[in-house]
Amino acid sequence: MTAATITIQVNGESQTVNVGTTIANLLENLGHNPRYLAVEQNRCLVRRAEHAQCILQANDIIEIVTLVGGG
Amino acid sequence: MNTPSLQDSELVLGNHRFKSRLIVGTGKYQTYDLMRDCLSISEAEVITVAIRRERLIDDQGRNILDFIDLDKYTILPNTAGCFTAEDAVRVARLGREILEGLENPGMDWVKLEVLGDTKTLLPDPISTLKATEQLVADGFQVLVYTTDDPMTARRLKEAGATSVMPAGSPIGSGQGILNPNNIRICLEYLKQDDPDYPVIVDAGVGTASDVCVAMELGVDGVLLNTGIAGATDPLRMANSMKKACQAGRDASLAGRIPKKMYATASSPEIGLPV
Repeated sequence: MTAATITIQVNGESQTVNVGTTIANLLENLGHNPRYLAVEQNRCLVRRAEHAQCILQANDIIEIVTLVGGG
Repeated sequence: MNTPSLQDSELVLGNHRFKSRLIVGTGKYQTYDLMRDCLSISEAEVITVAIRRERLIDDQGRNILDFIDLDKYTILPNTAGCFTAEDAVRVARLGREILEGLENPGMDWVKLEVLGDTKTLLPDPISTLKATEQLVADGFQVLVYTTDDPMTARRLKEAGATSVMPAGSPIGSGQGILNPNNIRICLEYLKQDDPDYPVIVDAGVGTASDVCVAMELGVDGVLLNTGIAGATDPLRMANSMKKACQAGRDASLAGRIPKKMYATASSPEIGLPV
């Protein structure tokens, strides 16, 4: 039996995740250093300390950002 | 005989203090290695960065932070690319979140840019003022990019900006200081009864003389990126910008002679053997 899934948007692209996936899980799957990242859920910042408790909901719009070169 | 030494005060920006008065950007470099070397040669202590979606920038999976010594530099995150106050405030908060995680001292400030259009990259003064008010209320020290209009500059200071940063000319244009008189009036208005209020020329600097001119006008620092990153030899230009900043600062403190219509001899006019 496959786990129930939901669809979310991550940086503008559709992604399917298991029900119960947290923001911390999402960052782990990305495989990048989480210290370098910040996350918004539906245009609201989710603080680092809350990543492990914040469970993704269907149709969430997630933005994952980092620092890049700029002036 | 002792060699005379010259003292200068530090650049004070809110609760930050720096020896260097040159702030440099990290954008547009051909490689991260070149960027790292240019930052080092420039002797800048503050470097600006932008905030963008993860993964969509470097296809090799490298992060700029792997090339930045976080113990050496205070990172100044910008809101470049934002066209509304709302987006600028969001981006500023995202930047703060990352810098808090990195435990970098730059976590409490932001370089605010709210742009009006993509062609000129000129700031939208109304939205910039709105975003300044919101970010100040949210506890940020706001270093705000603006035009050289003295009235806007004054309103931004009144709104609580830590530093007002008028553009010399449009971002990346390399046109230098197009209206030195406006920069002078900005300085006069912003420093009236508050001589230590920091004013920084941000944007438009094309070469060393532009930095020197800005500093000679009496600004407290210069922020630039393209002038170095876009030069044929960025490393050498970084060195030149550093020296120009120091030269202009010294000239400003030294006080130049007034310009006169006619000549004044440097050698005595009497005692010539005839």
